Amino acid sequence: MHEFVPPMLLVGEIDPLQYPGPAWSPYLVGGLIGVLSMLTFYFSNKPIGASTAYARVAGLLGLLVAPKHTRSLKYFKDNPPNVGWELMLVIAVIAGAFLAAWTGGELTGRFLPSMWQDRFGSDSYVLRAIVSLAGGILMAFGARMAGGCTSGHGISGTLQLAIGSWISAICFFIGGVIAAMLMFAQ
Amino acid sequence: MATIDQTAEPTRHSADLTQPEVAPAKTLVMGIAFGIVFGFLLQRGGVAKYHVLMGQLLLEDFTVLKIMMSAVVVGALGIHFMHRAGLVEMHIKPTRYASNAIGGLLFGIGFALAAYCPGTGAAALGQGNYDAIAMMVGMLAGSYLFAEASGWIARRIDPIGDRGKITLHDVLPLNRTAVVLATVAVICGVLVAVELLTIR
Repeated sequence: MHEFVPPMLLVGEIDPLQYPGPAWSPYLVGGLIGVLSMLTFYFSNKPIGASTAYARVAGLLGLLVAPKHTRSLKYFKDNPPNVGWELMLVIAVIAGAFLAAWTGGELTGRFLPSMWQDRFGSDSYVLRAIVSLAGGILMAFGARMAGGCTSGHGISGTLQLAIGSWISAICFFIGGVIAAMLMFAQ
Repeated sequence: MATIDQTAEPTRHSADLTQPEVAPAKTLVMGIAFGIVFGFLLQRGGVAKYHVLMGQLLLEDFTVLKIMMSAVVVGALGIHFMHRAGLVEMHIKPTRYASNAIGGLLFGIGFALAAYCPGTGAAALGQGNYDAIAMMVGMLAGSYLFAEASGWIARRIDPIGDRGKITLHDVLPLNRTAVVLATVAVICGVLVAVELLTIR
């Protein structure tokens, strides 16, 4: 029977809920991230944010390759590339997540996520690399334009009740939901 | 005197930028400590997983929303009262309608393509999802691309609907404590509804 099912119908069987969910309650994790925000405000006088770190590294690489041109760009004039708190935060996130996955027996060690593979095939390495790269480019451009990302605007900005952060966070999800629906549409 | 000033200024300027500034060790160590906890929580919360993030954007798995909203509830209350007690400073980002909306939509499309956002992508890599490396390389390219366009965007897009650092309590006829409590109440209501109406 199975060989007669057209591929398009199989796509409809991809249900995100068939894959394993979070190890901890999202309310516990969220509450603890809220406490972590209080601690970063208190001890580091900084809100949690991830996207700035990438801009810092981009600027540092720019200074190595084309120092004169990099220095002439408005964004890097206003935000000189440095090795600081934001960059350390993101590098340490990699380590923290490794620790959690390792101790929780959730290390994946693969290039194609299961759900992606079920939708786009087990030989879709190049496609995944291109789509992931394109996603990164759009996210960085969008985050810098909007002024923050899912953590900087979505959590740190909205919890301070900043209007621009609420607008940005809502637009993240509007753009994301439309694009995701198109990607996984039958 | 004038000659000295003219020569001193460019020298200091170029010295600042050729040798990238490295923050004090204490700042770096704090960043690392907070980052490890943040990464640990993101992974345990399941938001380093492709299908959990994509499940949110497909409106099937509401883990991302639950985590973000619980963080906002705790953080909004905590940081508001800490600020009232004079313990912390606020860090409000400017509201610019056009840049927030256009940048936000572009970010959202990229979010769906990668499935990882800048923070959860780092967590995904730590967990062993190597496709996050492509997203991180893209983030570096996109950041530089933005810097290329930053002069134009600052002149042409940022001024559209530029309202400065406004907050909900600036526009609502209520004091900040009331707005914080009302926002927290609304979010809790949304969370109860999500919990009742969805599977995960």
